[in-house]
Amino acid sequence: MTVISYLIPISLILGGVGLAGFLYTLKSRQYEDPEGDARRILSPDWDEHPKP
Amino acid sequence: MTAQARPGLAVCPGCVAAPDTAISARPMEAQLALSLPTIHCQACISKVERGLAKVPGVREARVNLTLKRAFVEADPALRAVDLIPVLQDLGFEAHELDLATLHATASNRQGRDLAMRLAVAGFASMNVMLLSVSVWSGASDATRDMFHWISAAITLPAIGFAAQPFFKNAWSALRARRLNMDVPIVLALVLALATSLWETSLGGEHAYFDAALTLVFFLLAGRFLDQRTRAAARSAAEELAALEVPRALRLEQGRPVEIEARTLAVGDLLLVRPGGRMPVDGEIIEGQSELDRSLLTGETLPIFGAPGCNVSAGEVNLTGPLTIRATAVGADTSLHRMTDLVAIAESGRSRYTSLAESAAKLYAPGVHILSALAFVGWYLYTFDLRTALNIAAAVLIITCPCALGLAVPAVTTAASGRLFKRGLLIKNATALERLAAVDTVVFDKTGTLTQGTPELTNLNDHSPEDLAIARALAEGSEHPLSRAIVAATQAAGIPPAVVNRVKEVPGFGTEGQWRGHRVRLGRAAWTGGRVATGVLTSSYLDLGDGTPRALTFVDSLRPGATAAVTALQEAGKLVVLMSGDSTAPVQNLADRLGIERWYANALPTDKMDRIASLQAGGRKVLMVGDGLNDTAALAAAHVSISPASALDAARVASDIVLLGQDLEPLAAACRTAEQATRRIRENFRMATLYNIIAVPLAVAGLATPLIAALAMSLSSITVSLNALRLR
Repeated sequence: MTVISYLIPISLILGGVGLAGFLYTLKSRQYEDPEGDARRILSPDWDEHPKP
Repeated sequence: MTAQARPGLAVCPGCVAAPDTAISARPMEAQLALSLPTIHCQACISKVERGLAKVPGVREARVNLTLKRAFVEADPALRAVDLIPVLQDLGFEAHELDLATLHATASNRQGRDLAMRLAVAGFASMNVMLLSVSVWSGASDATRDMFHWISAAITLPAIGFAAQPFFKNAWSALRARRLNMDVPIVLALVLALATSLWETSLGGEHAYFDAALTLVFFLLAGRFLDQRTRAAARSAAEELAALEVPRALRLEQGRPVEIEARTLAVGDLLLVRPGGRMPVDGEIIEGQSELDRSLLTGETLPIFGAPGCNVSAGEVNLTGPLTIRATAVGADTSLHRMTDLVAIAESGRSRYTSLAESAAKLYAPGVHILSALAFVGWYLYTFDLRTALNIAAAVLIITCPCALGLAVPAVTTAASGRLFKRGLLIKNATALERLAAVDTVVFDKTGTLTQGTPELTNLNDHSPEDLAIARALAEGSEHPLSRAIVAATQAAGIPPAVVNRVKEVPGFGTEGQWRGHRVRLGRAAWTGGRVATGVLTSSYLDLGDGTPRALTFVDSLRPGATAAVTALQEAGKLVVLMSGDSTAPVQNLADRLGIERWYANALPTDKMDRIASLQAGGRKVLMVGDGLNDTAALAAAHVSISPASALDAARVASDIVLLGQDLEPLAAACRTAEQATRRIRENFRMATLYNIIAVPLAVAGLATPLIAALAMSLSSITVSLNALRLR
């Protein structure tokens, strides 16, 4: 049963990373224009270098 | 918008070295916003952004495809009107949006906040649920205690963060000495956490950490759906209002300068061009014209305006340019004074209790009494505080309004989405329930059932030669009646006659020279025509032979008007027509549409009183109207709809906005609303059924955390699925 003393923290940390990632996307307003963002990836405008 | 220069820049324009924080600011703080209804793909995005970036003065342009808007960061001197032609050259329709009217940021922040809490609750409940599953499947002794402690360590901070909206709502309800849905929720959470902690510390078997978290998660999901539906409707409604940027032409040293209407002051001289709307109340001091007052009074017949006449904000100037002196601006205009009437009318409606509220009223005390009885009963039976408290907590958790919290938002989200696709915008949270109860529909005439544009009726009574002259004269004017003549003759294939020196005499009509003598088209008094009593709108053609020909007009119907009225009547609803227009046109329209009950010459207060008396007689009235004279009636009615073309005041007063031109979706909307309300009631019944099965188990002390978790999830899922059945 000692295995659970590793597995529980690991699973909690992994889940926490996912949660932190979601909160980051939320904070950086990545859900304001879902349709536009989905389309922008198709445009070749800033393929060579990032938008200044 | 453009006048609000950033202070740092305005003070020192040459200071390039000054750190300019605004450039890195988000596009939400943009100075200009444009609505781009036709963009749809990635090529459009690049085209618009590149096109706008090339305009001198634009710092950054960003398109939001979801909202179909462009936000532009630009020099203070740049105005949206300068950008619109650029976009039109690129092939995109563009409209200026008034940023002051768009409050999307606030509702976005609220939505983000709820999403964050939902995510935390979801994450925590998944973890705790996994730990609980191992407890249910047989973990015992030290392992079970450890799992319980870990669950407690996750649950307490998670609930402390995620359930804050419920704590706040419950507290404000309790402070006002009321009970709402949030009070039993909070009580259940607190009791469940307290007993679970106690049990855990004693090494007990039952802990409700998972149930408390799942409860919070499902309830937050309901709130989130609710918030999103309303935010979407609010944003669309705000966009309608933001599209009308009120502007006025102020005469400064004799030259018209375009300014924003809200900066006008009493005594300013304004120029109102033909086709323009009066921005303020005022007095005509120069010029002659005709004024269309239909949005204010419902009259279709334009009135004559000359120096000395008073005009009210909202009237449309038809023929000649007018100079007016402002006598009342902003909140003092007659347009705004109408809001007092609206406030009185609205006080009656605020008494409406929604289905959710009445359910909460029945439910909240019932749950508390039940759980208190369980506690007292078990305490008297066993004299064991721990058992009694455990059972009381189980009763509260099991009866907790998880499904009840989802029952309404799940259905309204589904129904609002369906109706939005048909072009109806539900602005008010309880509008659907109220729409479902409607048995009487009151229509306004001008601008609602009719388009407010006239249509020539007696084309066949005139010789083609007369009509050719009429068309030639009509082409020289922008008056709605003239445009109707041009449209009708064009459709009939009658070419214009050769009429020389056509000129418009503002306020009277047009005149010209035809085969050497004077011909006129216009008002009865001016052309020598006799005004026939009680007839429809008419215009007269004078050929100089002493017998002016009358051209009569009716208002053309809005598309779908006939279908909507027929469908509503077939659905067994009483349809009433109420208009501020005179008897003849109202009667004519009522006959055309087959409406038996109609009232003409109705003043705004008349409309409100008639609706009030209908409602006093037990009828539930749906008011459909667009004008300023309808606003009080819209607010007084049980539920109200206004078309998107309505005045802002009318749209604000109504619960539902019809986005398209077509009236046909009205009847379908009533059906969808009835269906939605039926689903809500079904959902309540289903949630109650679960409670009836689970509560005896809980009271008998047989409910385990497993049963609580199953009952809660099952009822929530069935309620959501039932909502999705809506068509």
